[in-house]
Amino acid sequence: MNRRVVITGMGVVAPNGNGLEAYEAALRAGVSGIRHIPLLQELKFGCTVAGVPPDADALAGTYFDEDDLLAMNSNQRFGCIAAVDAWTDAGFERPEHGDDHVYWEAGAVIGTGVGGLDTAGEKLVPMTDAGRVRRMGSTIVEQIMGSGVSARVSGMLALGNQVTSNSSACSTGAEAIVGGYERIKNGLADRMLCGGSEGSSHYIWAGFDAMRVLARKFNDEPEKASRPLSATAAGFIPGSGAAILHLESLENAEQRGARIYAELLGGSLNCGGHRQGGSMTAPNQTSVRRCIREAVANAGITSDEIDAINGHLTATVADPREVASWAAALECTPETLPLITSTKSMIGHGLGAAGAMESVACLLMLQGGFVHPSINCEDVHAEIEPYAASIPQQVVEMPELRTIIKAGFGFGDVNVCVVFRKWSD
Amino acid sequence: MDQSEIRAKIVEIIRVYAKDKDALASATDDTNILQDLKVNSARLVDVILDFEDAFDIEVEDEDADNVNTIGDAVSLIAAKI
Repeated sequence: MNRRVVITGMGVVAPNGNGLEAYEAALRAGVSGIRHIPLLQELKFGCTVAGVPPDADALAGTYFDEDDLLAMNSNQRFGCIAAVDAWTDAGFERPEHGDDHVYWEAGAVIGTGVGGLDTAGEKLVPMTDAGRVRRMGSTIVEQIMGSGVSARVSGMLALGNQVTSNSSACSTGAEAIVGGYERIKNGLADRMLCGGSEGSSHYIWAGFDAMRVLARKFNDEPEKASRPLSATAAGFIPGSGAAILHLESLENAEQRGARIYAELLGGSLNCGGHRQGGSMTAPNQTSVRRCIREAVANAGITSDEIDAINGHLTATVADPREVASWAAALECTPETLPLITSTKSMIGHGLGAAGAMESVACLLMLQGGFVHPSINCEDVHAEIEPYAASIPQQVVEMPELRTIIKAGFGFGDVNVCVVFRKWSD
Repeated sequence: MDQSEIRAKIVEIIRVYAKDKDALASATDDTNILQDLKVNSARLVDVILDFEDAFDIEVEDEDADNVNTIGDAVSLIAAKI
């Protein structure tokens, strides 16, 4: 079976905007969602800024019962809001309590990079160490288990197909999209909710700060702190949030007259094997290039059909290597490289949610005919300078935008690349 | 604290966990906490912990296992305070 797969719904909870409308407006205007986090300063983190979705607790209160909220950490709240939004955006009603119908044709692949460390740090570890396991209550396992978000979503939306959670560090969110795509393409499901989520927690961010991979020089100017492609980039800014795509077989979408945003033309997954310059924390650029080329081939297009690139681009020393790999893989010169942008410049690095939040950015750009700016790189890195004309410093209106390629690279030397094409009847 | 006061306090504690708020509004001693009020069975542990805090008591696991209805909870708590 080789069915075409389209996107018919989306939901997003991001540091610079909750919901599609707010997120698109922020992306267009180049609005940073990075803020000072007093707790990080109190705890002597080197990086004291982060990307946290605004007013997310109040938002969650409008989506979930008090009972549900008692058992949902930030990771689950973000993931479930985005999933419910994607479901309703696709034209489905949220099931009522007591409704016994199961959607056997619909499933979910919703990943997380690190997971419920807030629950572990605030409850599990201190209560266990204090000999208070008896007083811990029933809600710990469902918040810290790897599948915590997809498990919650399946109950809220009565999903009956495969429901799982993937984890592949910073490529998680986009990898989930490929997982659902393959299931629908192969005829095993009609609809899949796919994406990633990551909670807001100092326990999640501490390990990265300890590695000295977070930026430390822009704590006084949070909105300028996430600087992909810049000469003054010196580490990423931790982010959080979630995004979910409602993937659907083209035939199913057409049968029910669904609004179609775009087609997921294809994707690719691979690993660099921690060889040829790759390691636990650095990508093997040969594998990066292979992944991009394989995604283009899997999409059934040629690289000259690509109109824009949404890179992984985190603001580390890997940025120049990544740009060189895009050019090499797509067989471009500095003059012919398509527009290349980093959503992380505005929302920070959402870890397991990054690939999903950035894919929603791609789909909004296709829908709206624009390429969002890559902010904070007015001082383009010297090695990237030859490509500077391809980096949008301001929003670029581009009604002819048809095809966007999106990649993600994660610890473990893992890579993902997906290709989206605007839908036109 | 008399039994009606205990019952009122119990109902308030269960309100958070009850999916069927209408059934809770008309609850009697015979109302089954899981089946009638649609409380998730895993949450019974949390309900018992809330009883312990609210009434300053300790509930043994064997006693907790015997709490099925509102009336069971009222009797258990009345015997301990």
